[in-house]
Amino acid sequence: MAHILEVKDLSLHYLTRFGQKIHAVTDVSFTMKQGEILGVAGESGCGKSTLVNGLMGLFIPPLYPTSGDVLVNGESLMNRSPKDIRENVLSQKVSMIPQGAFNALNPTRKIKDIAADVIAAHSGNKNINKRQIYDRLRERFDLFGMETEHILNSYPIQLTAGERQRSVIGISTLLNPKVVIADEPTSALDVTTQKVVVKMIFDLLEKNIFSTMIFITHELPLLRHVSHNIGIMYAGEFVEYGTTVQVVHDPRHPYTRALMGAMLSADSEQKNRKPTTIEGAPPSLAKKIEGCRFAERCPSARPECRLKTQGLRMVGERLVRCDYAE
Amino acid sequence: MPSNIIFSAKDISKFFGHGKKRICAVNNVSFDIADGEIVSIVGGSGCGKSVLAKIMLGLYSPDSGSFLYKGKPITNTRNHWNEVQSVFQDPFGCFNQFFSIRSQLKDAFGILKEKPSKQNIEKRVDEALLAVNVKPLDIEGKYPFELSGGQMQRMLLARIFALKPKVLIADEPTSMVDACVRANILDYLMKLKEELGMTIVFVTHDIGLAYYVSDRIFIMHEAKIVEAGKPEDVTQNPQSPHTVRLLEDIPDINREWIKK
Repeated sequence: MAHILEVKDLSLHYLTRFGQKIHAVTDVSFTMKQGEILGVAGESGCGKSTLVNGLMGLFIPPLYPTSGDVLVNGESLMNRSPKDIRENVLSQKVSMIPQGAFNALNPTRKIKDIAADVIAAHSGNKNINKRQIYDRLRERFDLFGMETEHILNSYPIQLTAGERQRSVIGISTLLNPKVVIADEPTSALDVTTQKVVVKMIFDLLEKNIFSTMIFITHELPLLRHVSHNIGIMYAGEFVEYGTTVQVVHDPRHPYTRALMGAMLSADSEQKNRKPTTIEGAPPSLAKKIEGCRFAERCPSARPECRLKTQGLRMVGERLVRCDYAE
Repeated sequence: MPSNIIFSAKDISKFFGHGKKRICAVNNVSFDIADGEIVSIVGGSGCGKSVLAKIMLGLYSPDSGSFLYKGKPITNTRNHWNEVQSVFQDPFGCFNQFFSIRSQLKDAFGILKEKPSKQNIEKRVDEALLAVNVKPLDIEGKYPFELSGGQMQRMLLARIFALKPKVLIADEPTSMVDACVRANILDYLMKLKEELGMTIVFVTHDIGLAYYVSDRIFIMHEAKIVEAGKPEDVTQNPQSPHTVRLLEDIPDINREWIKK
């Protein structure tokens, strides 16, 4: 059992109330080893968050699995009831760090009660009492180097954005999950707080609270410092998959190149460089798409791109979904 | 050149709350912003940069010090908004969910002293939509919740293209959108600047963005402006430790950012 997470040709769709299928994720495959950090990047609406739900086996209508399989430690997450998933998978095997900490925390309850609920609901141990839970919480929050008492006894609104996000990370990882999925954990924070939050994630990795992570973001420069491998998503598919250094410093797919070109930095060499913009919008995923999905917006598109569906192929040591990438 | 000064702030302060809970959001800040300049106010969360933006918009008045727009204090906000307009962070909070987008863009003209004729309004709304790369037919009869975040942010900009104000206050216009849309929005803002010769005040926590667009950068920390200057000087040769910190905290692909 070399792989802790295996995703095989996963496709997911949403069913609208008019009976229309929106194919949000198409044929995503990857595997992760213990201790690996995978970064997933792409623009808004490319299917990143849908993929997260799929990886947790959490199919709440209107989201349905189309085909494919997700295996955590060899155990499939498909075709299981939400109750089964909640009791046996979430928080223990797969855990998610949500994007907006403010929406994730119940505003009418203290942090310690929210955290106690997570232990009561997901640990599978029904007889655990409140005091044991609180002791466990204190022990864990002390590890983070935060003011434990202050945070545990506060309502979410009394905390700063950084403290809230760190509490959410603390709560998500309480039961030492095998795989942690961080869905844009820092995109609502300023750069200084972002650094604090990322440091905390590294701290948890070092203390072996969890070891395998999927980090989802649209900031490629951030992934450069966080992940080992990067997958770039566009319109529900992976268009490039390789090691971080390969993807960030030498992108091959036209979309990855455009994405890198759109980054701004306070570098003097970059001052006179115009950030590239990608005109147009991603294709509608309601219909079956013929040909390359990026062809409409691709600066180097050829007429044949619109006709022939492109598959992932090896270019150097990474996978690229473009027949003309070198 | 006193006639060219748009905003002039002298020792302004703004407080919230009373007694022990009194918080100073802006502390003895002074600056001048000239006509046609692009100024960025950069700082972390809670440093008072949005309060400063609201003072410029006339939504707050400073508790002490003098704040002048074109040499006069802001008394009538309606008149002020004729010339000074804003773009905010969250476009969904700015549009009414119950009215179609087009009708709200048309309603925006209500703020102008001389309201154009009906045909003229339609024409200007169409032009504004085309300026931000949205076909007028695409949003015909659509409501705010039917569009994506990036599209809505462009609708806010379309409003600015339609109204053509003299001064624009952009309060974190790009913090909710991804990198591609961010580059697009900056493009449109630069286009606005070229076409209308506007003065733009950017409020952001992204010093990279500020460096790219502005003529001058103000760094704010704990209610004070700790450093002000040309973008090259501020980023290459930062004087204040807070500026150094802000620059270090940006994840850059070519530099060590965090120790694993």
